[in-house]
Amino acid sequence: MSDDKITLEIDGRVCTAAPGEMIIAVADREGIVIPRFCYHEKLSIAANCRMCLVEAEQGGRPFPKPIPACATPVGEGMKVLTRSKKALDAQRGTMEFLLINHPLDCPICDQGGECELQDVSMGYGEDVSRFSERKRVVKDEDLGPLIATEMTRCIHCTRCVRFGAEVAGLRELGATGRGEDMRIGTFVGQSMAHELSGNIIDLCPVGALTSKPYRFTARAWELTSDEGIAPHDGVGSNLQLHIRGGQVMRVHPRDNEAVNECWISDRDRFSYEGLNSPERLKAPMLKRDGEWQEVDWQEALHAAVDLLKAPGPDQLGVLVSPSATLEEQFLLQRLVRALGSDHIDTRLRQLDFSAAAADPRLPWLGVPIAELEQQQAALLIGSDIRQEQPLLAHRLRKAALSGATIALLNPYEVDLNHRSIQLRSAPQALDRDLRALLKLLGRPPVAGPIAEPDERHQRIADALTRAGQAGKGLVLLGALAENAPVYGLVRALAAEVAAAAGCQLGCLAPAANSVGSWCAGSLPHRLPGGAAPARPGLDARAMLTDPRQGYLLWGLEPDRDLADPILAMSALRAAKQVVACTAFRSPALDAVADVLLPISAFAETAGTFVNTEARWQRFQGAVPPPGDSRPGWKVLRVLGTMMELPGFAQNSAREVHDELASQCRDLTPDNQLRGSMPATDLSSATPQGAELFRLGNVPIYATDPLVRRASALQRTPLAEQLAVSLHPEDAAALGLADGQLARVVQVATNGECIEVNAPVVIDDRIAVGCARIPAGVEGSGELGPIMGPVQISKAGD
Amino acid sequence: MAENQNTVCFRTLHLDAKVRHTLESYRSVGGYVQWERILREKPDPDQLIDELKTSALRGRGGAGFPTGLKWSFMPRTKPGQKYIVCNSDEGEPGTCKDRDIMRYNPHQLIEGMAIAGYCIGATVGYNYIRGEFYEPTARFDGALEEAYAAGLIGKNLFGSGIDFDLYTHLGAGAYICGEETALLESLEGKKGQPRFKPPFPAQAGLYGMPTTINNTETLASVPVILEKSGKWFLEQGKPNNGGPKLFSVTGQVERPCNLEIPLGTPFKDVLEMAGGVSGGRALKAVIPGGSSVPVVPGDVMMRTDMDYDSIAKAGSMLGSGAVIIIAEGTCMVKVLANLAHFYAHESCGQCTPCREGTGWLARVLDRILAGNGRPQDLDLLDNVAGRIGGRTICALGDAAAMPVQSFLKHYRSEFEHLIEHGRSLVEAA
Amino acid sequence: MSFRNTPLAVIHDVDKETLLTPELRAEIDKHVAKYPPEWKQSAVMPALTLVQDHNGGWLSRELMDQVAAYLDMPETAVYEVATFYAMYDLEPVGRHKVCVCNSVSCMLGGAEELMHHIEKKYNVAPGGTTADGKLTFKEFECLGACRHAPAVMVDKAYHECVTPEAIDKIIDDLD
Repeated sequence: MSDDKITLEIDGRVCTAAPGEMIIAVADREGIVIPRFCYHEKLSIAANCRMCLVEAEQGGRPFPKPIPACATPVGEGMKVLTRSKKALDAQRGTMEFLLINHPLDCPICDQGGECELQDVSMGYGEDVSRFSERKRVVKDEDLGPLIATEMTRCIHCTRCVRFGAEVAGLRELGATGRGEDMRIGTFVGQSMAHELSGNIIDLCPVGALTSKPYRFTARAWELTSDEGIAPHDGVGSNLQLHIRGGQVMRVHPRDNEAVNECWISDRDRFSYEGLNSPERLKAPMLKRDGEWQEVDWQEALHAAVDLLKAPGPDQLGVLVSPSATLEEQFLLQRLVRALGSDHIDTRLRQLDFSAAAADPRLPWLGVPIAELEQQQAALLIGSDIRQEQPLLAHRLRKAALSGATIALLNPYEVDLNHRSIQLRSAPQALDRDLRALLKLLGRPPVAGPIAEPDERHQRIADALTRAGQAGKGLVLLGALAENAPVYGLVRALAAEVAAAAGCQLGCLAPAANSVGSWCAGSLPHRLPGGAAPARPGLDARAMLTDPRQGYLLWGLEPDRDLADPILAMSALRAAKQVVACTAFRSPALDAVADVLLPISAFAETAGTFVNTEARWQRFQGAVPPPGDSRPGWKVLRVLGTMMELPGFAQNSAREVHDELASQCRDLTPDNQLRGSMPATDLSSATPQGAELFRLGNVPIYATDPLVRRASALQRTPLAEQLAVSLHPEDAAALGLADGQLARVVQVATNGECIEVNAPVVIDDRIAVGCARIPAGVEGSGELGPIMGPVQISKAGD
Repeated sequence: MAENQNTVCFRTLHLDAKVRHTLESYRSVGGYVQWERILREKPDPDQLIDELKTSALRGRGGAGFPTGLKWSFMPRTKPGQKYIVCNSDEGEPGTCKDRDIMRYNPHQLIEGMAIAGYCIGATVGYNYIRGEFYEPTARFDGALEEAYAAGLIGKNLFGSGIDFDLYTHLGAGAYICGEETALLESLEGKKGQPRFKPPFPAQAGLYGMPTTINNTETLASVPVILEKSGKWFLEQGKPNNGGPKLFSVTGQVERPCNLEIPLGTPFKDVLEMAGGVSGGRALKAVIPGGSSVPVVPGDVMMRTDMDYDSIAKAGSMLGSGAVIIIAEGTCMVKVLANLAHFYAHESCGQCTPCREGTGWLARVLDRILAGNGRPQDLDLLDNVAGRIGGRTICALGDAAAMPVQSFLKHYRSEFEHLIEHGRSLVEAA
Repeated sequence: MSFRNTPLAVIHDVDKETLLTPELRAEIDKHVAKYPPEWKQSAVMPALTLVQDHNGGWLSRELMDQVAAYLDMPETAVYEVATFYAMYDLEPVGRHKVCVCNSVSCMLGGAEELMHHIEKKYNVAPGGTTADGKLTFKEFECLGACRHAPAVMVDKAYHECVTPEAIDKIIDDLD
């Protein structure tokens, strides 16, 4: 029977194990230390370092040779000795071989103090080296701005190679050559272009692969460590923040199988660099006669209070970053509601709010993160998943590798590292394919245009149906759908597809605390705990199309983080009072705000993020905010108190959290849509005549103010610049060639017409009729709606 | 004195050199009779495997594992593709027999592979031939074409419903691919790095499917065993050491040669058949089974018979049957350095002890040869070899270690002399 | 999900008709046909051999990349193979390759003298190419022709029991 347990003895201790388990896994569980370098529980077994050799006997018969604990399955009645003379001799032998060609440069090695080789050599190494030949020297490769190499130190464990092939799905690193000339590297010296590449730094047991930004900045033993939660995507990866002198020196993953396993994305690992950006706002500032002046908190707060009170109840709009902590969002909504309106929103890049009445109670992933990898089929609608949610992409990849069908419906074919079925439609036409799927799933037709179903639609419908019957099917909505001008309709059709196939519907939370907004009530139609206010306030878009007299901006840059930068900037410029609470200065904020209040950024405040699976993750401030900046929740508490509003007397972030948590006791994740199919008017979103449709993706390193200032990430190949990507057909029709400069003309919602020049990239993965022009990047702030009609022509014509 | 028999793998050798490799020649010695009988009568594969067990045929590639037993491990009735793979990656220094099988009697290998496929349920076979063997490959491919044309291999052979397709796959210069799992990796288009076992190839081999890998000589022996019976084959040799076997007698002998003679033939007869030690010199040492096995002093060999068990008693192994003769007056330090360089060069680089240790051994030996040896080097060599042997995924680690340990055991004084005096004890001559 | 037991298929964004030459593609296709369809990569060694022969005896990075694209393999996996096997050359070579076996039987049979002879007479060290570009001289491990020691492989032909005089004649006869 496969569920039988096996009993064995390791170093005299009786252990139970599952059949097929390896000795090392059982020993690890029992806390019995077996040294190893190549073994890693998330990677395939290589059994090549030979460090974990142990002595064993089975059925009274000793194995003739020491056996590798990582690659030897347990057997009933097996006796394993990990520290017998024979075992230790084998381990010492391996240790000696590993050290003969390893440089003695520990004093200048970044890994010093946290090196697996160093640690194990303390236990197994010998005092005197018997090796008197010349040591091997290996030439280094430049793997790009994130990873530093010192390949002479490499011990050829191949963890990094296996990570690339098995986890990243990108086999850039290899082991070329043979024998003692075997080298780990790309062979041709290229930059690693992968969103999870930094994990090889953790995997490398020695100092061969280290963090380039961290390099030579600190020694491991000078660092203290604090726990954190990553602030960039819906995963909320658990982090270990390494700190010296009140500064985050580097970021490592903290194991949490349910959330991030032992990985983190490069965005979560290297964004800390943005904390030290020269653009950090370190003191409150007040604009006087058009000039910015540093002022003390007292003066700034009084100014802010006056500015916030001036517009009157209905005339204040509050736009909040979806990465703001739960505590900040909770106090912000309390503030605006106490002032008499519900005009608060965190859905900054959303264009279509027409179906707000149908919004679910607490939109979430639909399944726990860990269950993504068990799905048998998933349809992703409008998601460049690897860019949006690197670790969720990793989970879906695992599902795909175990045979799941992963299908995508997107305005452009996305770059994936596994088998998939990709449908491509312009953003305003995503509904057509969904209607086609519904037809194949046997649902009565939903009014509206329909794509001609082809073999791919059929395979997707079949896979979803089969997976649905097994209870392992998922329909997911991503950021490209959420930002599309037909989001309400697409979401409703997606829900229909999910229902028809028996699958779960899920929403990918675009930011670290998007789900938190539904808990905290920092939305115009939700109160804390999920209840609806009597009359919903204005949403993020309505606050700008129907401009307010005053605004409070929290943690955002209006030209980068909002759906329609031109519309936003024009509304903000025209506003009489603009209070910006921000960790960074930016020209756009400088231009529109009247007062700048410096608030804490990532790692500098206590708080809570609610991730995409609706998991509440609390964290403490690990470093003090720089200069005079203060944790956001404290700033809000003081503002509330100064305005003599009720409910701002908390003494700690914890108290704020607890208060909200008690209001959310009955709020459970729920993706059920309310009401009927929305009748979305697509006319304004449909390109006229020669127009193309702008499809604005938010590139992986452009999502928020912090990551946009992380310099190493911005130098990687994944950091996108402003460009116009066109399908070859469209490019040909426009007479544009790759690399040529195009003129981009967009009409903002308020009728303002803008013109920007950007280079053309020809890419046959883009849907015909679309122009992919990223948002959130340098230069994109001069443009109009993230998605909508656009005119492209040759610049200078 | 024993005679060169050429009754099994070399049974076409006496024919006209121009045509002895052809289908017609092979038919003239009884070729394909067994395969055609199988296609006609479809005997129970277990019967055939039993015949092989009776014959006591042991793997001729070097490990000497009983072939019948190996075949019986295959999950023959399990659905799904299974494979038979022939290991013609002949590269063990001293061994040059499989090359001649393919040059002189390629059809017998094809027939042996077809029969093996039938016995283990494999409808596809690959013959992995080392890349340098252009001429033997051309011969084998030619034979393959003939066999396809004659309907002896292919689909639904003679309407029997039995399929057997056979392809050649060329290596490109890596000794390690002679290790069966490295060979599979290489067939899969990868570096030839041995796989950790379990799983064994019979469970998960080529492309993850059950696979049996046999040496060229082993497979080529099969048709004759079925023709003449397992008992006949066994009786050619000794109990547990069935059959005639090919021996490559090379090194310092008058007439280096390949011999097909009964297992159990006294070594002294073998030496005589090769014309004795070259230049009339005295016999100093013998490496009796390919460069990986321990060296045996000449006087011990002169008392030993050439079969698996006798050579084991003499402290070495029959291996691939490559008998390397070393004459008196040869510097054993130099011979060992040559062997050490071979293993350092051919280590795949995967396991730490072999990757790091083989190069270390070679460098120390070079240093000794250059007159810069130190007294402690000999213990170091012995100890380092001991730390490689038995500690690696495949047997290359052992192969690198055994010569070092045996050379030091038998010829330590030569090493000591070189270290002490800075020149070889024997090279004065 | 180990890369050890599944093919490493990756899609290259390239038109296969533009890779290598039509003749080479046809030759490679013959090898591809020997293996299961999902295991095209099994043909990487014969493909590299064909391409190397076609390219005057060596493989450029560009050619390896084309082989990778043609067989749907990651480039790195092709580099691994090309650097692992001794018969692939990754630098330009002479018009002919002279590979002298120096494993134990050939060494005992006089391979070292032969190598010294070549080194001196043609002024080329093992691994090097003569100044006139005529030949690349390589020291090879066991060629499996031990009973005719010393053995030399010149391009694709074996020469056995090769004396210094014999090798001179062989080399003279090369163009």
